[in-house]
Amino acid sequence: MADARLARREQITGWAFIAPALVLLGLFMLYPIVWSLWMSFQVGRGMNLSFGGFGNIQRLTQDVVFLRALGNTFTFFIIQVPIMIVLALLFAVALNDSTLRFRGLFRTAIFLPCVTSLIAYSTIFKSMFATDGIINQGLMAVNIIGAPIAWFSDPFWAKVVVILAITWRWTGYNMIFYLAALQNIDRSIYEAARIDGVPAWARFRYLTIPMLKPVILFTTVISTIGTLQLFDEVFNFTAGTGGPADSTLTLSLYIYNLTFKFMPSFGYSATVSWVIVILVAILSFLQFLIARDRRRPS
Amino acid sequence: MSVTPATMAQAARRTDARAAIRAPADPFAMVRRGLVYLLLSIAAFVSVFPFLWMVIGTTNSSADIIRGKASLGGEFFNNAVTFFTQVDALRVFWNSAFIAVVATALTLLISSLAGYGFEMFRSRVRERVFALLLLLLSIPFAALMVPLFVMFSQARLVNTYTAVILPTVASIFIIFYFRQATKAFPTELRDAAKIDGLKEWQIFLFVYMPVMRSTYAAATIIVFMANWNNYLWPLIVLQTAENKTITLIVSALTSAYTPDYGMILFGTVLATLPTLIIFFLLQRRFVEGMLGAVK
Repeated sequence: MADARLARREQITGWAFIAPALVLLGLFMLYPIVWSLWMSFQVGRGMNLSFGGFGNIQRLTQDVVFLRALGNTFTFFIIQVPIMIVLALLFAVALNDSTLRFRGLFRTAIFLPCVTSLIAYSTIFKSMFATDGIINQGLMAVNIIGAPIAWFSDPFWAKVVVILAITWRWTGYNMIFYLAALQNIDRSIYEAARIDGVPAWARFRYLTIPMLKPVILFTTVISTIGTLQLFDEVFNFTAGTGGPADSTLTLSLYIYNLTFKFMPSFGYSATVSWVIVILVAILSFLQFLIARDRRRPS
Repeated sequence: MSVTPATMAQAARRTDARAAIRAPADPFAMVRRGLVYLLLSIAAFVSVFPFLWMVIGTTNSSADIIRGKASLGGEFFNNAVTFFTQVDALRVFWNSAFIAVVATALTLLISSLAGYGFEMFRSRVRERVFALLLLLLSIPFAALMVPLFVMFSQARLVNTYTAVILPTVASIFIIFYFRQATKAFPTELRDAAKIDGLKEWQIFLFVYMPVMRSTYAAATIIVFMANWNNYLWPLIVLQTAENKTITLIVSALTSAYTPDYGMILFGTVLATLPTLIIFFLLQRRFVEGMLGAVK
């Protein structure tokens, strides 16, 4: 009797602790997401919406700007996420060596970019990559390029700057996750492998990578979500246009423009936002699959 | 020599016996060492250089910055004056600080309560709820912003601090982070406190929170930075200049037809200082906190 009452009290206390979070998440996450799904089947301008069936989805397939934004977002994702993950892993492994000097200094330096706001670093990069700016001068001084590159007016180079900027900002962030995970790995395993003459690359491939797999998966998923939502950087590099010639227009920026800049069409922008939801779901699922498959030793 | 996970495991078992024997000297070890230092030095330089550039930029004129002048100039005072005459800095700073501090405090409280609740009071239903939350974690903000904006305009809360803060307060990521960290919280402490007659909320407030201060420190860094630097949502809901945050104001300055970079970089330094200070104050605890969470 007393036990049952105690168990019930535990139940109530448990719900009490999570209730505030659940109420807020329900109100500001679950409700809007369901609403946005409903909205994506609505057509019309502003708040004058009517049911349009699959009209918005049809519009998607014919919307050249949308397809370009989709392509750009995908390009950023495919190129930037792997580069960043590999660099972060490399730095983390290098910094995990306890005999290394200036470890704290290196770690702090590489982590430092995460401290800056997206706006601050967009501004800094914009001024560094000016046509007569410091980057072009540096590259010309060491003869990598013969003439200055017009970073922000060339569709190709504009993408390159965006990728460089995001990589600069987020590599240290991912590195910290790996460092934390590496420090939990038992040192003696490495020591033993080293004594047995296992080369460094093999230690990395067969010891480090498998043990870090859960963290790598986690950071990859988080980075995928982040890159697919890319907005702040391109918005600030291009004063909101996604230029030149839509070459840096991302899906989020397009949604913003559809909602707040052009004649607002909430229904259609909700449809575009669901494209991101579905992409994130598919990519995360794929990443989980890959991570699971590789776990079996070959 | 073939290297398989099996030989690795074998190697691991032999550790103790052979720990005393030193590995044969590797002629490439020195070279490799040098390469590691070179790689890390380049990475550190690339990471830090833009900060130096930003600080040096505050002392140069816009024309010099665009021309790539990387030495100190004499324009610092002018840039500061231009910035302070164009921007109501006190007001803008207050907006940013108020939003970031209130949002961080609320986020830490509500999300740590939930993380503690999920970990300490297990039930099948709550595990399902938690799984649902993890699924929601991957919902991008872009998908929420249109309905959120309509909700807040119907509630007549557009252009208020409340509208900026409320949607960020329950963070699934931070709930998840606290749940992971709570796994390291010794349950004996809770049992002992119970015997001493403490109520559940008192245990949370007076036992859990002090014990988990490293976790809170790391979460503070993450959440404060996220809020201070938040851009898209404030851009949507804050519409008048006197309510805008420093990130919004600095960003607006850069979109001018001929941006005055000296003045803008001065503003950028001001906008970055608070997060830099928080980071350096809490850095040690931050690393500890992260370690605790990943375990």
